[in-house]
Amino acid sequence: MTSLPQPLPGATKLGLVIDLDTCVGCHACAVNCKEWNTGGHHAPLPDHQPYGAEPDGVWFNRIHSYEAEAPGCGGRTVNFPRSCLHCEQPQCVTVCPTGASYKRAEDGIVLINTDICIGCKLCSWACPYGAREFDEDAGVMKKCTLCIDRIYNTALPEAEREPACVATCPSRARHFGDLGDPDSAVSKLVAARGGVELMPELGYRPTNRYLPPRKAQIATPPRETPMRAGTGVGSALLSLLDKVLSR
Amino acid sequence: MKPANSVLLLTTLTGFGYGLLAWLGAFAALGVLPHRVWLVPICMVLALGLASAGLLASTLHLGRPERAWRAFSQWRSSWLSREGVAAVLTYLPALGFAGLWWWVGPDAGITRMMGLFAALAGLGTVYCTAMIYASLKPIRQWHNQHTAPDYLIYALFSGGLLLAAALALVSAPLALAASLALASTLIAGLAKLAYWRFIDRQTPLTTLASATGLAAFGTVTTLDQPHFTENYILREMGYQIARKHAAKLRRLVLLVGFAAPALLLVLALAGLVPGFATVLAVIFAAIGLFGERWLFFAEATHVAALYYGRPS
Repeated sequence: MTSLPQPLPGATKLGLVIDLDTCVGCHACAVNCKEWNTGGHHAPLPDHQPYGAEPDGVWFNRIHSYEAEAPGCGGRTVNFPRSCLHCEQPQCVTVCPTGASYKRAEDGIVLINTDICIGCKLCSWACPYGAREFDEDAGVMKKCTLCIDRIYNTALPEAEREPACVATCPSRARHFGDLGDPDSAVSKLVAARGGVELMPELGYRPTNRYLPPRKAQIATPPRETPMRAGTGVGSALLSLLDKVLSR
Repeated sequence: MKPANSVLLLTTLTGFGYGLLAWLGAFAALGVLPHRVWLVPICMVLALGLASAGLLASTLHLGRPERAWRAFSQWRSSWLSREGVAAVLTYLPALGFAGLWWWVGPDAGITRMMGLFAALAGLGTVYCTAMIYASLKPIRQWHNQHTAPDYLIYALFSGGLLLAAALALVSAPLALAASLALASTLIAGLAKLAYWRFIDRQTPLTTLASATGLAAFGTVTTLDQPHFTENYILREMGYQIARKHAAKLRRLVLLVGFAAPALLLVLALAGLVPGFATVLAVIFAAIGLFGERWLFFAEATHVAALYYGRPS
């Protein structure tokens, strides 16, 4: 059913919080995501010419790098991982003609039933974030599942029940949790760091939040205190040396 | 947006088919269609044939065409599903109208009523098609007040030309049909000019700054791409057409799609080779509208392309 579930107050909204301050742009999240998901819920993910001249395939994470520049202060490099934001008003779901695209009422995850997807690609047109990629081999659409086959997987140790991108991030720039619960660790993080939603003007109300880079705290380098001239031959010599070297 | 032939054929051919159906039904309802018993059945074969060809072409766009039947299920939320349902439902009044015209007669109240139903169903299907595009928020050139009325106008324009050609070929009086076709040609041309003027002056709602949430940090520009080759997102939604090429194509579309049919209709109205002139007008309009539809896609930009530093 592509009609959206009735949002209930206090309902679980699983999602990611991505820290643009600490992301180093290493692509590990994208690689581990591809590694897990090519054997997971949406397996296999196309991977054409991986070592050839024109590699192509489906990835659920794409890591961009931007430069933000304000007048008077230099450019700032921001690494920017982009993936499905599991929106509260996902138009990718409502445009689906078959019911293959759906949003789960219990945790807000947006999924695709690839068994009934007809591959019309309309959902990818409806997504402003470019989160859905078409599997040309299977003729169906694919997308981030928030690692539904990890987060509820009782065969995994409890500590590993988080999305592959979060588990692998070496700079802990990705956090996973319930953004519907104001007391959860991720909600507190968003509140503390002023997390933002992307393209709020389009009204998709994404669940995922991005933590903006921290304002640069450039400490002023300590000033060199001029050497006080003492008395005696030694001091005079040092003073001369200082003058010569300072020239 | 990438102009895919299957979708271009879908929207232009169904426009011709349902446009002809609309005029046929409306003319019959008003009692101004020449009373020839085979006129409506033959025109109906043409109308439904064109619409069906368009609908079949659209299944070529699908990754899994054998599952196409599933698209009838989500009419509550999806305009694409509504289009499918409306297209199938339209066959009923259309075939009923042709049958009643043949067996009961053109003047029967039920024939006229069914003609009106068929016309409304055809236009309803065109409206659903238009709304698929008009409802997509990430594409500013589609998500606006022009898209839905324009699709209806182009359907009436192309269908009007077809009706004029059909009447001319059977040597029926065509003053009314050809005048209405001429009027819709001019309206369609003006609507296209108004649309281009609109999209050229539109201010994009979404920018790279709002797409990345970095507006507070100054001007945002792309530094490194996530990958060196084109991916699905860029092939499908990062399509770019050079402005100078678009300008040239726009002039061609105006000339071939609207100006030439208008001149040929004037010839037909003056009684000069009406059959030849109207058929030629249909051919020119078909080429012009295919080009117009190609531009509708090629000039449309998607906000997801912003992430790759492409304009939207």
